[in-house]
Amino acid sequence: MSGEGAMTRRIVTGLAATILLAMGLATTAQATGGSSVDERHWGFQGIFGTYDRGALRRGLQVYQGVCASCHGLKYIAFRNLQDVGFTEDEVKAIAVDYSLQDGPDDAGDMFERPGKPSDRFPSPFANENAARASNGGALPPDLSLIVKAREGGADYVYGVLTGYHDEPPEGVVVPEGMTYNDTFPGHMIGMPAPLFDGSVDYEDGTEATVEQMAADVTTFLAWSASPEMEQRKRMGIKVILFLIVLSGLLYAVKRKVWADVH
Amino acid sequence: MAAPAMNNRMIKWFDDRLPIFTFMHHQMHEYPTPRNLNYWWNFGSLAGVMLVVMIVTGIVLAMNYTPSADLAFGSVERIMRDVNYGWLLRYIHANGASMFFIVVYIHIFRGLFYGSYKSPREVLWWLGLVILLLMMATAFMGYVLPWGQMSFWGATVITNLFGAFPVVGDAIVTWLWGGFSVDNPTLNRFYSLHYLLPFMIVGVVVLHLWALHTHGSNNPKGIDTKGPQDSIPFHPYYTVKDLFGTAVFFIVYAAFIFFFPDYLGHADNYIPANPLVTPPHIVPEWYFLPFYAILRAFDFDIWFMPAKLLGVLAMFASILILFLLPWLDTSRVRSGTFRPVFKWFFVILIIDCVVLGYVGAKAPNDPLIASEETVAQENEAYNACVAKADAAGKVGEDECDRPFVVQYVHLGQLATLYYFFHFLLLLPILGRTERTLPLPTSILEPVTKHGAGAGK
Repeated sequence: MSGEGAMTRRIVTGLAATILLAMGLATTAQATGGSSVDERHWGFQGIFGTYDRGALRRGLQVYQGVCASCHGLKYIAFRNLQDVGFTEDEVKAIAVDYSLQDGPDDAGDMFERPGKPSDRFPSPFANENAARASNGGALPPDLSLIVKAREGGADYVYGVLTGYHDEPPEGVVVPEGMTYNDTFPGHMIGMPAPLFDGSVDYEDGTEATVEQMAADVTTFLAWSASPEMEQRKRMGIKVILFLIVLSGLLYAVKRKVWADVH
Repeated sequence: MAAPAMNNRMIKWFDDRLPIFTFMHHQMHEYPTPRNLNYWWNFGSLAGVMLVVMIVTGIVLAMNYTPSADLAFGSVERIMRDVNYGWLLRYIHANGASMFFIVVYIHIFRGLFYGSYKSPREVLWWLGLVILLLMMATAFMGYVLPWGQMSFWGATVITNLFGAFPVVGDAIVTWLWGGFSVDNPTLNRFYSLHYLLPFMIVGVVVLHLWALHTHGSNNPKGIDTKGPQDSIPFHPYYTVKDLFGTAVFFIVYAAFIFFFPDYLGHADNYIPANPLVTPPHIVPEWYFLPFYAILRAFDFDIWFMPAKLLGVLAMFASILILFLLPWLDTSRVRSGTFRPVFKWFFVILIIDCVVLGYVGAKAPNDPLIASEETVAQENEAYNACVAKADAAGKVGEDECDRPFVVQYVHLGQLATLYYFFHFLLLLPILGRTERTLPLPTSILEPVTKHGAGAGK
């Protein structure tokens, strides 16, 4: 450029940096608050991250065997499992194990039928009141979006699942119907410890420790919150590589066009 | 400016009857633009690009969205999961709002530094501020549409602000809500207006460009163009420069869309709206945080005006005073480059706005410096002192010193004070007293000097 003061350039660069920093600061400020969550490495993090297919299968087993008795998964249809390596027959077999209410039929009556791949996972309770009545007044949230709906995401879900102790810390009084949890905000959680060593028999023979099951079901729930993630990241890499090349070409064109002005 | 030569007879025939091709040639091709614009001038066209991106993705999203309190959240999830590339559309749109604001904020600060609001560009500046206000209204209403917890509670907090106005306040709030709480009618009208306002923005953008093309762009030197040697045609020089800038900007934008799509959002908005459960911290999107800090800086009444009203007035005033900026800034020199003192205050203003944004994201009464434990200890000591004094038959609150804890709200008050000080006191005084650097005689001058050195 021309002979403008280096000062101006410095100020102007500073301005850019400050605004970007402002964005960063503001969002980190938003992200803090609540209990701290230990960070863990997940295979689905990073720009090349994918969901571990084995963990997804085991996670589904944990969800069906443990979580599903209280928590729904209403945004996931059985057919969605086909996107992550389940075969059509496997999906049909999973769906058919569920009995769902449908109707009304021609006579105006509701009826029960076995599940189909196009059905969504049925919720365990008919409505919120029924859910609260069965859980001492607490409402077990639907898990479809839980990983996106909590600060800390997967680390938070894993932290809650592994944050139980046999006894609460000394001096902490836990009210009736509550349990102490390291990660849950306020530490008093309505959900009793859900996972114990051997809670499920893994089909692939993996040893079902609490940590293993927590990690597997967290991976499964991360997928159910962002089923598009793998496609999104693959596309992102291509789009950004394209844009970098395009920027380079446009910069060359710009230099050429401006050659007679400078 | 003569009509361009037209080789195509069809086009010439049409242009004779409606000279739209001549118009486009004058305004987008040969439009004389100062030759020394730097890359900060890219952000105007970038804002235009973002407006188009938002409208196009928004229209397609609207085809799949259901504006109903019972169905809105689920319809957004349906877009994310079942609509072909729905996740892409929604992430482009949601992150696009943030990108639009960052571009527009940089555009505004560029104008503030180079004095682009000064005569004869006051109306251009006003129209820009009108666009900003429309954008804020649009973004706020758009954030309500997914009907998550932050949507619902953000809408509740912001609409309630209008209740601060005396006498008519409550009636206004009821009218905005279409009922006695934020509910389905609120969602429906917000949806309707969220679709309408962007097209009003397009209208004001047209006026903004009209005003721009009346006197031409300002430039980094802030001096008028003196002849054809100072200008270059918009096309191809600035079209290619803007294209290059857009491609670079899209790299950043794409990184958010594809790799951190929820980074700028709030986790609570993936919880469906529940009028019975208030989230622990209700915070607006990042681009509103500085204004939110100004709103909450007023935690005291002044005479008959309650704190809430003061906060609301201050928040609106923080933008409305910018309409007076062309007269508040009394300096005859446009560009900050030649204003050695202004330059530093400009930097302080930016830091001030960043601080306001930071405070806006925090709970106002959290301690700023002291740790939570120290504060708890001091409070305990105070309570013990009060209890002791009360037991001795005295009034504890008079006897003991309440511990003073520096809170975020205090920093917010300081930053708010500085914001208004900058525009209302500093700029008028600085313009009269500052010794500015000598202005170059022409835009071309340093360019040719530099060019001569390079052997051109």
